[in-house]
Amino acid sequence: MKLTLRVWRQQNAETPGAMATYEVDGISPDMSFLEMLDTLNEELILGGDEPVAFDHDCREGICGACSLVINGDAHGPERTTTCQLHMRSFQDGDTIDVEPWRASAFPVVKDLVVDRSAFDRIIQSGGYISAPTGTAPDAHATPVPKPDADFAFEHAECIGCGACVAACPNGSAMLFTSAKVNHLNVLPQGAPERETRVLDMVATMDEEGFGGCTLTGECATACPKGIPLPSIAAMNKEWLRATRKVRR
Amino acid sequence: MSDYTNYVTGEPVVDTKAPEGPVADRWDTRRFEAKLVNPANRRKHTVIVVGTGLAGGSAGATLAEQGYHVVQFCFQDSPRRAHSVAAQGGINAAKNYRNDGDSVHRLFYDTVKGGDFRAREPNVHRLAEISVEIIDQCVAQGVPFAREYGGLLDNRSFGGVQVSRTFYARGQTGQQLLLGAYQALSRQIAAGNVELHPRTEMLDLIVVDGKARGIVARDLVTGKIDTYFADAVVLASGGYGNVFYLSTNAMNSNTTAIWRAHRRGAYFANPCFTQIHPTCIPRTGDHQSKLTLMSESLRNDGRIWVPKAKGDTRPANEIPEEERDYYLERVYPAFGNLVPRDIASRAAKNVCDEGRGVGPGGQGVYLDFAEAIQRMGRDKVEEKYGNLFDMYAQITAENPYETPMRIYPAVHYTMGGLWVDYDLQTTIPGLFAIGEANFSDHGANRLGASALMQGLADGYFVLPSTINDYLARNPHAEAVDAGHPAVAEAVAETEDRLNLLLAVDGDRTPDSFHREIGELMWEFCGMARTEEGLRKALDRIPQIREEFWRRIKVPGTGEQFNQSLEKANRIVDYLELAELMCLDALHRAESCGGHFREESQTPDGEAARRDEDFSYAAAWEFSSTGDAPVLHKEDLVFEYVHPTQRSYA
Repeated sequence: MKLTLRVWRQQNAETPGAMATYEVDGISPDMSFLEMLDTLNEELILGGDEPVAFDHDCREGICGACSLVINGDAHGPERTTTCQLHMRSFQDGDTIDVEPWRASAFPVVKDLVVDRSAFDRIIQSGGYISAPTGTAPDAHATPVPKPDADFAFEHAECIGCGACVAACPNGSAMLFTSAKVNHLNVLPQGAPERETRVLDMVATMDEEGFGGCTLTGECATACPKGIPLPSIAAMNKEWLRATRKVRR
Repeated sequence: MSDYTNYVTGEPVVDTKAPEGPVADRWDTRRFEAKLVNPANRRKHTVIVVGTGLAGGSAGATLAEQGYHVVQFCFQDSPRRAHSVAAQGGINAAKNYRNDGDSVHRLFYDTVKGGDFRAREPNVHRLAEISVEIIDQCVAQGVPFAREYGGLLDNRSFGGVQVSRTFYARGQTGQQLLLGAYQALSRQIAAGNVELHPRTEMLDLIVVDGKARGIVARDLVTGKIDTYFADAVVLASGGYGNVFYLSTNAMNSNTTAIWRAHRRGAYFANPCFTQIHPTCIPRTGDHQSKLTLMSESLRNDGRIWVPKAKGDTRPANEIPEEERDYYLERVYPAFGNLVPRDIASRAAKNVCDEGRGVGPGGQGVYLDFAEAIQRMGRDKVEEKYGNLFDMYAQITAENPYETPMRIYPAVHYTMGGLWVDYDLQTTIPGLFAIGEANFSDHGANRLGASALMQGLADGYFVLPSTINDYLARNPHAEAVDAGHPAVAEAVAETEDRLNLLLAVDGDRTPDSFHREIGELMWEFCGMARTEEGLRKALDRIPQIREEFWRRIKVPGTGEQFNQSLEKANRIVDYLELAELMCLDALHRAESCGGHFREESQTPDGEAARRDEDFSYAAAWEFSSTGDAPVLHKEDLVFEYVHPTQRSYA
């Protein structure tokens, strides 16, 4: 396959960026999108240019590092991570736009690399169960009904890639935050911190500059792990419940 | 032939710090004998932890909970991305919730036997003891393990064992356990007990007056090289499988932290012990950047086969039952498709070498779920393995519910690593290594679902107990002087190396060298090794190294985000590590576990150990680049599990 790539190049956070055009040839449909970018980078290096910087690590769809907006879609046309997107999803001769996540809470570090540490700070503000090592009772001391365990798991699948934020017209992190709130709040182990968790995480989310939610649903459509849109409603319910309970 | 192979044998390692007495009591004994640090004094101690995977994340969180000041590093943008996240299948624990005859002693026995009698008995027993606490700890953190309708935890069985002791969270067990550790770590970061440096890579170890006192690290965003000081340094930087270029490791997993520590004096043990995982997706072409594992839990229900006839190119579903060879079930009737990984991998290689492989290039075997779908129904198969099937379909564009998967072995895990004593301390006082970074508990072959167990055992329970003893005995009243010659030297060496990489301005990319060394290692130090092949590799590696320093091209500067520079710098260390791996493989003229020497096999082609000559861990001491290292042997004593030729038939 022969392709035209229009790639966002930006030296660092302080310097303005621009789209640059490159041609790549000899692309196999079996290549992943990142392997296609590897091919481009090998050529750039040999030509004395700086390769396109992008985040990636596991390349099997689980670490959440890769983060490209491809032709306007977070992670591209398939519902998967960028590393699991294959070139068979494109046509020979296509022109493909490649951009970083766009959100004011995710400043660009270089080219296609952004700073997602705001997500870590949301987790730090309450996305955990306080269980210092050594304090745990036997694992079977507290049975968890299977529907609750499944609900927790479904939300725990979030890989923290940030596609939800990139896809949202408001740059909202509601889907990410709700995934963790729902994972932990449904479990009996998470009950003691149920209220503070949701209140603190939502407050941090707002402080970090993420936008509000207008339920456009782009986040859930872009999510490679299928975190469902009702997750947000469930978090709102938790938040309201917590607000009332804390006031009382 | 270079002088590199003329290694000398130095003093044996005699003191492993494992206490005397019955094996089941030794961990208690050690914990009691270890000195403690008063809770009020702990905040005066700083501990550096490099890496945030299962071992590093759990260690950082636990040390901080105890009251230590932890300074932690990861090269990823977030601690949640460490490669432990990709472990799929599960985590072992001797809970015996199935009431199927499991016990701490059986897990101990299985692990020593599965490791082909090349692990240290007291360490393995401790691992088995702690396994049960890990599950309790993780459940308390909210790790969503698979549960049954009654609300209790589910289990599955895994390769090399005959009980169901593996706890799992669909095919994402590593992710869920890592998030548990990450969240515990996050809580400590918020509390101000952990100072986290993401996108920061350790490039050297600082040893002052014979003790590990800090690291040199590069901020990957700004390029700034800084020093960090502490009272002890813990390396939890993972394994070195990426020396093969193609492996199931994450792209950025690397050996630099442990190799730099090795260069500073830490012994490197059993570097040739590499695990080749039997169930990976075969490669599709030269563009391949990494290989993807399919959890071996698939072998619980999938059946592995190849056509009986050579060169049979018919599609799988056109090959009638009687013309299929379910070779694992045929050769190993007791364990069938659940034989240990090394055996399953070599068996796949053998049938492919015979010309019976399937798929492009004949480098693959079938993993067939037709029978399982018939027996359990498609829904049940989907519930158990759905995400793995989806992943396979995504990568190959084939539907595994309808056509059998194609799998082939790939480098997955390295049992070797920094030599550590019973306290997980390396030969440099104050330097500890945990998780895959040490050589620890798996001997010559790791059983499935045991890596997660070991990483968390080390991080949550072992290190936080044993490091107290070191800190109590070594109260570093004085801070390290940043002007100390050892500090200046480590910084200068790091800067010089990076500047040199940038200055060569040659005509070959970092990846081209990485690929070259990887292909060489796969060919000569991969699934099967021979003296002739290893000697070839040992001749070739110094040439590649020489060519590297003549022809490497790294664009950009050191004072910026520069992924080419990061890569090139890691390859410098692979080019030295590869040589040590080949030498270790050459010197160990026996087959054991993942190390298969063609010269040492039984009449029916199984690995033949030579206990009388090689019942030891090989701990190598670095001399200088390209010069022969010194071998120190730690004799392995088996008081409880008596070495036998492994049999899974």
